[in-house]
Amino acid sequence: MTSNAIIRTDPGEPIIEVVDLGRDFVLSEGPFLRRTRRTVTAVRDLTFTVRPGEIVGCLGPNGAGKSSTMKMLTGILTPTSGRARVAGMEPARQRTRLAREIGVVFGQRTTLWWDLPLRDSLALTRHLYRVPGRAHAERLAELTELLELGPFLDTPVRQLSLGQRMRGDITAALLHAPRLLVLDEPTIGLDVVSKSTIRDFLLRTNSERGTTILITTHDLGDVERLCERVMVIDHGRLVFDGALPRLRAAVPTPRMLVVDLASASGEIEVTGARTVRVEGPRQWLELRDNPARVIAEVTREHEVVDLTLREPDIEAVVSSLYRGADPVEEAGSR
Amino acid sequence: MADTHRRIVPGDEPGEGDGGARLAVTKLLRPFLDYRRLAWLWVRAAAQYPLSLALMSLAVTTGVLTQVGAVVIVFGHAGTLAGFTVYEGLLVFALASSAFGIADMFAGSVERLGHHVRTGSFDAMLIRPVSPLVQVAADEFSPRRLGKVVPALVVLGIALVNVDVEWSYLKMALLALTMLSGVLICSAIWVISACVQFFVAGAREAANSLTYGGQALTEYPIAIYGEEIVRSVTYVVPLAFVSWQPALLVLDRPDPLGMPEYLRHTGPAVAVLLCACAALVWRTGLRHYRSTGS
Repeated sequence: MTSNAIIRTDPGEPIIEVVDLGRDFVLSEGPFLRRTRRTVTAVRDLTFTVRPGEIVGCLGPNGAGKSSTMKMLTGILTPTSGRARVAGMEPARQRTRLAREIGVVFGQRTTLWWDLPLRDSLALTRHLYRVPGRAHAERLAELTELLELGPFLDTPVRQLSLGQRMRGDITAALLHAPRLLVLDEPTIGLDVVSKSTIRDFLLRTNSERGTTILITTHDLGDVERLCERVMVIDHGRLVFDGALPRLRAAVPTPRMLVVDLASASGEIEVTGARTVRVEGPRQWLELRDNPARVIAEVTREHEVVDLTLREPDIEAVVSSLYRGADPVEEAGSR
Repeated sequence: MADTHRRIVPGDEPGEGDGGARLAVTKLLRPFLDYRRLAWLWVRAAAQYPLSLALMSLAVTTGVLTQVGAVVIVFGHAGTLAGFTVYEGLLVFALASSAFGIADMFAGSVERLGHHVRTGSFDAMLIRPVSPLVQVAADEFSPRRLGKVVPALVVLGIALVNVDVEWSYLKMALLALTMLSGVLICSAIWVISACVQFFVAGAREAANSLTYGGQALTEYPIAIYGEEIVRSVTYVVPLAFVSWQPALLVLDRPDPLGMPEYLRHTGPAVAVLLCACAALVWRTGLRHYRSTGS
């Protein structure tokens, strides 16, 4: 292993460093005795670094390899190729030590004690992570205030709403003041208010404590609100890594001009735009040219009541990116 | 109770310099302290449903007492079995039952490993700075398991008082040591058979034939089963060291099947060896862990 050559992290060092990371799974299929083995690649040749203090969003369709990547970064899965270094450690080998430096939240399952008050699960965390009593009390008080845990700290976890439970889980993951917070779909199934509380809190934790945040999500609201940087993983490969505006620029998704005419009429025909949808007096035009010119022409030719210009939303951008990605032979099934 | 741990909390971070030995000791004790803390939380969780807890404990106790009754009836009719009287038979039964019960109390939950793997809760264990083996073993720790251990120990007491043995301190110490070995052997077998679930989903039933089946086997003087079985539980799956060899040791009796007499003193060595095997198998299983899809 060449990993010994890498120096322990100092503040300028990347907190996550991934080189050619890959993970294969061997699947046995078919009936007993006639079982065949097949290798599927969930993640291949992933290379990226994350610097301390970044918030990175990890997008990709289900089964793209996001979760496998997260699991390799947290030491749950052993990579089959390449290497990863997180907080200066090799995750799979130094999993227990690494656990003290990172906090992990799985949106779809809780680490809290179902039958006991939230307070007890949080107290347990302090012992398992060996946080000194005073530091723990201060941190708990701070998180209780920021995430508004006060009203339900003494309620058994099974009686909490999903949003409250998620706030409890995030608290449990942050009580030991980790340098890196890994969130796997933290806002899944939450209402708008809970989502926004959690997003605001994450931004604040990032800016005030410098906590690096790695977040996988299908919720593009999370991405637009939180992430300066986006990684798109598809078929186990990194198909995009960069700032959010660059993602929009990288994929030519046309802007949309929505025109409300005074009365219903036939499709508007202008150069530099194509009408894609008509609903009574309202028409949608896909712009391929300078919008100002198109708007001028439309208003000259037609009696227009209202006009809106829509930026492509990130969802459209990402899905066109998925479609554009090269299909990989033997695509990963997880 | 909640705050007795405080002394170990500060200052156990690896501060270089003083107390290397103290550090080593805390490091060694750490899994046990973590275990205690997790188990205590599970006990409190179980206490949320007191009626259920009481009924389950009662059911477990009734089960043990039924087995005791069966031993008494079998030996009562046969007089002696493989040269064992009723109390000697009860001694074998109680040695097996208490070793198995104690092992079950502390490590029995590892058989639910497959469940944790399937539901993904095993992932949540892996991201904590605590050995996942400790977490799996402490999972759903419940006082109801005392319902098995306490009656077994009571029967053991009764049997020990009534068998014809010349007691010495050495013999008592040896008995304690062999019992500890028995507990370790049972725990190690639990862990090893649970590890199968890392590789084969739903292997719990197969594993249970070894764990629970093993318990049933060791509850009677194994000489009644015939030589092949005795050999295989001595040399392959060393269940003979849980109750049979300790009983021969206590009763100071030659092996009815003529197996070497030094075997009765090798219990602790077998236990250590088997625990090492269990640790190895666990580590291998962990390395091959594939997690679930999501």
